[in-house]
Amino acid sequence: MKEKAKVLDKESLNRAITRIAHEILEKNKGAESLCLVGIRNRGVYLAQRLAQSIKAIENKEINVGALDITLYRDDLTLISAQPIVHKTEISFDIADTNLVLVDDVLYTGRTIRAALDALIDFGRPKVIQLAVLIDRGHRELPIRADFVGKNIPTAQGETVEVRLEEVDAKDEVVIMEK
Amino acid sequence: MKILIKNGLVIDPANHVKENFDILIEAGKISKVAKNISAAADKVIDASAKVIIPGLVDMHAHLRQPGREDKETIASATAAALKGGITSLLAMPNTSPAIDSVQAIELLKTLVKKNSLANVLICGAITNGRLGKELSDIVGLAKGGAIAISDDGASVDDEKIFQQALKIAKTEKILTICHCEDKSLSNQGVVNLGIISTKLGLRGISSESEYKRIERDIRLAEKIGAVIHIAHVSCKESVEVIRQAKKRGVRVTCETAPHYFSFTQDSLVDYDTNKKMNPPLRSRQDQEAVKKGLKDGTIDVIASDHAPHTENEKDIEFDRAEFGVVGLETELSAGISELVENKILSLPQLVEKLALNPARILGIAKGAIAPGDDADIAIIDPAKEWLVQKENLVSKSKNSAFLGRRLKGVVEYTIYNGKIAYQA
Amino acid sequence: MVWQRKDLLGLEELSREEIELILSTAESFKEVSTRDIKKVPALRGKTVVNLFYEPSTRTRVSFEVAAKRLSADVINIATETSSVKKGETLIDTGKNIQALKADIIVMRHNYSGAAAMLAKHLEISVVNAGDGWHEHPTQALLDIFTLKEKMGKIAGINVSIVGDIAHSRVARSNIWGLTKLGAKVTVCAPEILIPPAIEEMGVVVTSDIQEALREADAVNVLRMQFERDSSNAFPQQIEYFKNFGLTCERLEKAKKNIIVMHPGPINRGIEMSSEIADGSKSVILEQVTNGIAVRMAVLFLVAQAKDRKDENIN
Repeated sequence: MKEKAKVLDKESLNRAITRIAHEILEKNKGAESLCLVGIRNRGVYLAQRLAQSIKAIENKEINVGALDITLYRDDLTLISAQPIVHKTEISFDIADTNLVLVDDVLYTGRTIRAALDALIDFGRPKVIQLAVLIDRGHRELPIRADFVGKNIPTAQGETVEVRLEEVDAKDEVVIMEK
Repeated sequence: MKILIKNGLVIDPANHVKENFDILIEAGKISKVAKNISAAADKVIDASAKVIIPGLVDMHAHLRQPGREDKETIASATAAALKGGITSLLAMPNTSPAIDSVQAIELLKTLVKKNSLANVLICGAITNGRLGKELSDIVGLAKGGAIAISDDGASVDDEKIFQQALKIAKTEKILTICHCEDKSLSNQGVVNLGIISTKLGLRGISSESEYKRIERDIRLAEKIGAVIHIAHVSCKESVEVIRQAKKRGVRVTCETAPHYFSFTQDSLVDYDTNKKMNPPLRSRQDQEAVKKGLKDGTIDVIASDHAPHTENEKDIEFDRAEFGVVGLETELSAGISELVENKILSLPQLVEKLALNPARILGIAKGAIAPGDDADIAIIDPAKEWLVQKENLVSKSKNSAFLGRRLKGVVEYTIYNGKIAYQA
Repeated sequence: MVWQRKDLLGLEELSREEIELILSTAESFKEVSTRDIKKVPALRGKTVVNLFYEPSTRTRVSFEVAAKRLSADVINIATETSSVKKGETLIDTGKNIQALKADIIVMRHNYSGAAAMLAKHLEISVVNAGDGWHEHPTQALLDIFTLKEKMGKIAGINVSIVGDIAHSRVARSNIWGLTKLGAKVTVCAPEILIPPAIEEMGVVVTSDIQEALREADAVNVLRMQFERDSSNAFPQQIEYFKNFGLTCERLEKAKKNIIVMHPGPINRGIEMSSEIADGSKSVILEQVTNGIAVRMAVLFLVAQAKDRKDENIN
């Protein structure tokens, strides 16, 4: 795979996060009963950044959890490599919260389907909303995001890589092609 | 039928021959061994680049008939023997019924006469039912044609009974073959006692259970002045005990089986029941001692201990699986692959252990190639390789320890009693 | 590190990396058992058959709970109720279970090597839940998991295994696992219960309990199976406790933070005193809890490996 185009750099990525934070607050009418759950791996870092952003705006700490959806996937056998099972860490009660699920890229929708199943096992939020940094299309399930950093039309053979400082040493989003 | 074998390398240790000759066979006998024989023959075999050896004499085989024809029959065992270049074999008495009476030996002789494709010799039981309790009719067995006695599969624990047997055997001039195992020491074991039994979590059979009983049998034979032959020697202590006894002049001979020089206990790591036999595969040091014993002459004979078992008796839990492996068809090839190739024995020395020595120990006029001898001959290609597979074994049972292994040495023709009895 | 094996037969055949993968996967699974809904759908639609030729409540229940927390369907077959008594061979039994389209057989068997034999003849996964005196891999894995949780590491720690080493599959699996991960292992038993040449497995041997305890960071006390091997003269039970039983007095001379483990069920007053079993050094109940996570990890890994293989064939 080689890089085809850079779609977000550090600045535009940060602006997207700040914008999503505003939209979340607007839609939920403030940070009351709001919590964020990131999908491992990069969704967790994005959720933490969103929480910081929300704190900067509202001056309120909100709960952030981490969800590993490996055990809920319906496509485990399609992944050639060993799926590594990571810990799910949701140390707060999600019942009756306005829960925002956070992921880096929305593609087929299967990850989100698995995440919804997993979340339901933890409790019954009042509402679940979805925030993604990138929506690249090609949905296979009736799922859509409530908050989108950027819509990027892609071909199926391409992949979208979200790189975050926390794990990848830099902030950017690129499209890769064969 | 006249057969003329041309241009083969004749190996005949009895007459110290290792030279290219033609051989003429007439009326079941070897009539001529010479260069450039030109005679009219019904069949001419071109043996150039092949080796001609005496038909092998396997002095330890379980033919299973009568009683367990599902495992093997006299017909299938002798067919397997011929494929392995064996023309004479000694049938062990642990059949059902055991060969412990005149009636039993008469039954066996009838079966042999009807079914055998090779020369089947009979070993009678030492005790009734091989139970070690009361002596069988050894005199009757000897008169009936048994050339040896053994309770193979068991040792006669009672010294008094065993001494009595040795005395009768001495008078009857037949050989006593000793399965040396003290069952109070082998303790229901299934593999060699040591790291392998520890790793696999299986009961172990100590070397002690073997060599202590060899010591006893030698002591008793020495006292009585009887001739004994120790079956399936597997461990270093046994080799040494026999070596020392021979030095003292005791009339003891012994054999080992191909699996003891071809494998060690290490090949049991995956609980392969085709490597389960009694005595068990031992350690590398034991294997080396067996090879050394073969080289220095302590071990006189290689015998197959051919022990056929059905898949139902082998494809089960290791503890429950039967002891023993088939060996008639792989005996010669194993000897060539393990001993000749690794320069433990020369090919003539191997032939000695497989044909001449057992014939001499059993007192039969076999194992040699000279004018006047019985025309029992194998023509072999010692360099040709073959893969041991269930499909290419003619024995009724397929429990070979060599399955999946490439061996060197293929029998091209086996001539028994002056006739081509097997052709590859 | 990718898990490739369709079976888990023992720890002898595993690499250090494979053992570590099971342990780290188990860490993630441990969290599932702390939820209100203790269930994930990872093995939904899979069938796990517990095939037990020896009575065992704890191991079977532990596997059953593990399989159910992964949403698998579980069927228990015990010898008393099966056709085993009618003389069916193990391979036939296995093939019948395979024909039922089960996915994993968890087997306990009284003969060493039975699991390996079954695995060789079947396409479905076989998990060894103890075969004869040979191996009991998941017990050792949960012991090691518990130790790692307590000590933070395995490499370099001293572990003593006390009890009937000769007839213990738990001992063998622990020895393989611990030595592969770099622990120093001492085995301690009356001489008659030490199998020959065990030093070649990389352990130190002693028949002195005090010596076994002196440097130990952890002591794993085996259950004395007085009923198992009647042909060997077992030391009297009382005698055994006197010479090898774990008591407060003996532990006083050991390291202060020594961890006491036992695979259960405990013979109180034979292998250890009740004060020790219920005391602060004991992690015996945590072992039981961790057993679920470890077995979930094992079931998950073998099922994934099997599915991947099938995928590649199709």
